[in-house]
Amino acid sequence: MPETSTLAHLDTVANAATDPGHEQPWAELGLKADEYARIREILGRRPTSSELAMYSVMWSEHCSYKSSKVHLKQFSELADQLAQEGRTGKLLAGIGENAGVIDIGQGYAVTFKVESHNHPSYVEPYQGAATGVGGIVRDILAMGARPVAVMDPLRFGPLDAPDTHRVLPGIVAGVGGYGNCLGLPNIGGEAVFDETYLGNPLVNALCVGVLRHEDLHLAKASGVGNQVILYGARTGGDGIGGVSVLASETFDSTGPAKRPSVQVGDPFMEKLLIECTLELFAAGIVAGIQDLGGAGLSCATSELASAGDGGMHVELDRVPLRDSSLAPEEILMSESQERMMAVVEPDDVAAFLAICEKWEVDATVIGEVTDGDRLQIDWHGERVVDVPPRSVAHDGPTYQRPFARPDSQDVLQADGAETLPPPSSADELRDTLLRLVASPNLCDKSWITDQYDRYVQGNTVLAQPSDSGMIRVDDDTNLGVAVSTDCNGRFALLDPYAGAQLALAESYRNVSTGGATPLAISDCLNFGSPEDPAVMWQFAEACRGLKDACLELGIPVTGGNVSLYNQTGETAILPTPVVAVLGVIEDVTRRTPTGFPAAGQQVLLLGETREELSGSEWAHVVHGHLGGTPPRVDLAAERGLSELLVEATGVLSSAHDLSDGGLAQALAESCLRNGVGVRVELAGDPFVELFSESAGRVLVTVDGPDDEERLFDLAAEHGVPITSLGQTRGDSLSVTGLFDVPLEELRTAWTVTLPAALA
Amino acid sequence: MKIGVVTFPGSLDDVDARRAVALGGAEPVALWHGDHDLRGVDAVVLPGGFSYGDYLRCGAIARFAPVMTEVVTAARGGMPVLGICNGFQILCESHLLPGALIRNDHRKFGCLDQRISIENNATAWTSAYAAGQELTIVLKNGEGSYVADQHTLDLLEGEGRVVARYAGANPNGSQRAIAGVTNEAGNVVGLMPHPEHAVEDLCGPGTDGLGFFASVVAALQAA
Repeated sequence: MPETSTLAHLDTVANAATDPGHEQPWAELGLKADEYARIREILGRRPTSSELAMYSVMWSEHCSYKSSKVHLKQFSELADQLAQEGRTGKLLAGIGENAGVIDIGQGYAVTFKVESHNHPSYVEPYQGAATGVGGIVRDILAMGARPVAVMDPLRFGPLDAPDTHRVLPGIVAGVGGYGNCLGLPNIGGEAVFDETYLGNPLVNALCVGVLRHEDLHLAKASGVGNQVILYGARTGGDGIGGVSVLASETFDSTGPAKRPSVQVGDPFMEKLLIECTLELFAAGIVAGIQDLGGAGLSCATSELASAGDGGMHVELDRVPLRDSSLAPEEILMSESQERMMAVVEPDDVAAFLAICEKWEVDATVIGEVTDGDRLQIDWHGERVVDVPPRSVAHDGPTYQRPFARPDSQDVLQADGAETLPPPSSADELRDTLLRLVASPNLCDKSWITDQYDRYVQGNTVLAQPSDSGMIRVDDDTNLGVAVSTDCNGRFALLDPYAGAQLALAESYRNVSTGGATPLAISDCLNFGSPEDPAVMWQFAEACRGLKDACLELGIPVTGGNVSLYNQTGETAILPTPVVAVLGVIEDVTRRTPTGFPAAGQQVLLLGETREELSGSEWAHVVHGHLGGTPPRVDLAAERGLSELLVEATGVLSSAHDLSDGGLAQALAESCLRNGVGVRVELAGDPFVELFSESAGRVLVTVDGPDDEERLFDLAAEHGVPITSLGQTRGDSLSVTGLFDVPLEELRTAWTVTLPAALA
Repeated sequence: MKIGVVTFPGSLDDVDARRAVALGGAEPVALWHGDHDLRGVDAVVLPGGFSYGDYLRCGAIARFAPVMTEVVTAARGGMPVLGICNGFQILCESHLLPGALIRNDHRKFGCLDQRISIENNATAWTSAYAAGQELTIVLKNGEGSYVADQHTLDLLEGEGRVVARYAGANPNGSQRAIAGVTNEAGNVVGLMPHPEHAVEDLCGPGTDGLGFFASVVAALQAA
């Protein structure tokens, strides 16, 4: 029984009608005056405290995309246009669902999405990162898919900054601790260091899932009389954040005074939830499903109801609690992890509960689909919420934030790195190469990635440090998918339009180097404050750049996430539009590996090298410089290169994308992968050849003259420039006439950085 | 030839172990933790993972699962049983094997392509290898550091019950670099590294792990 004091203070719909002047803490909950007025207008009365809590969290930037949606609209239009023109495969579900779903043939579909968990990970690195993984995995699961892999693009402050030593080990342990315990291979990602992320690290999490076409499930509550079941973990006081302001305002509760606003994860519960949910899908007894993530029950009930054909009635006091002192507002807002909500036909409820019991997962019927058009929630028989669900889930405010190219952009772009002093001798070139391979952004990341299980499930064909992660989908046919995530934030600062396109181009190329055909993208758009017109301009330009590039490459954006307000004081992070590209490969046994496989192979460069050093790792590491314009984007060339790489599987014995650090870095990584040396001869200015970061280039090897001839033919066919560089041989990375670096010296330089800094 | 693979709540490498059993030439049978039933299998694999979230202590709760009563009885009767990673921890907790696995000395989860040497090729699970043969298989765990008291370690060494040892640098602080041990009869083997992740060239570091599964098939055929 609830305590009498709780019920006595209960703010019901009846109260709200009779006590219109009641002061409400809408400002403390982050609502603006006009937003509060709009809620009163929608309801024709003041909201109850429970309703106010629901609106405040669903209309937040995180849930409503109110600053970004005017720009995101073009991604939906893009998908429609590509589909109409017949340029893309079938999208079984697109933007607006928990995650986009793409047909990959043989009756299979894949779903993937990348999301941010930046701010929680700064406050509490381990739990913030862990629950970031947990959240994206539930999104994928809710589509009816078995999660098969995760990836984590990460951004940190400088490696030598004390706070990085607090944040990085916790985040890495959190990503590993949660993902490893779910049995999901972590097959790639990024770890990038830059000053601007010092007070605002980025933790983006990606998950890929696989399903049969017929297993697709959508988040909707339809069918009057269908039962609404909450299952998984019990609801506690974690992740409530601003809503406890409201609770403490409304109640003189004696409950816990301060609740942590970072959620705490239980990966074991999530693993049970995955297996239980997949068995429920297989039994064919799930009519609709939604995961509980940000905004918890407020989000799940309002989104399910507004996507269905009726209303929903919920008895909130039936929700199983970890903390019996929680008020209804807090239960509605709680972001306790590892919970799902399903809509189930009455005749299937017993079977549903039996499967949950088998997996020892709590499941409770908390409501049903009604024939009205309202979302109505009761607390011990008293109505505390009575709203049109769409008004909560979808009719939040839309802002036309002002945006403007800052005047400082011209100054920034005029200050190119091409005028900085280059290395002046062969010895300096050699030293530069060693200094760069040892720099935090280019060094060996295995201190991080060895904390992730990359083998579980037994289907990992490629994993970090390969250009992309690749997973076998079908043991018998060898159908597979490949995924890569990329973004160079420095390029995006210099030119957000081109920078976003370069992120896409790199990710697209990385998927292709393994031999997969790019099919779709998901993006995680990490930016500073949308209230700064210069940041909003970066955001708008990045969106426009992505959309234009997708149109030209013929691949849709199937979903993603926006994270704003990533800044410390007045300093925004580098604009970081992380782009994940997913590709399909019909036969994973034909994939092209990364790294020189053996001595005696021909080494060639595909693509064209220009003098492009602005925003490069060389300018960053050697000169601490950031200015100029980023490398040129040539999407037609990228597409030709991609088609060549896919067609040349079986001809190529290895392939490695050129990106950060240019050819020098690609040669070093290719040598170190299997301990195979190389001797190359450079035709042009060796500094430019080695350190320029021109896009659209891949280092490849072929075994023997027949394959080499075949590759030249294919390159001509696809209009891809091709240059012979030399041969794999010996125990050193050697540039004819300039320098020779023994592999052991190279390996030491490359591997020592992270362990030394983080020991 | 049927080999059972037990699924506990939180088992992760059960599907992989079943694939490895099939590649090794036997029929994999899924066993459920809550059943008092081994479904007529000839051998059992306890797979890797985080049974019961590894809460309390790795393997400490799984030990009390109904299926373990049957596994312990069958193991004492001579049935070949292989515990991999979490399965090794469960075998120790069940007192089928001596010693325990504690947190890695570097205090991190580690996933590596690890070299090990086969020290005892007379067990039901290692007969396909030569004594002293070096293999590369996957090692992945947070609590893989093998410990036992000096007397037990000496006993294990003296009776040849150290099945496998880490080659090269000790990856987790295991005493005497022990990667796997066996019981007196040689039918029960616990192994920290994961042979089931080295059974295909495509999805792991080669096929060095197949021999564990081929060994038990041969042992069962000979029996």
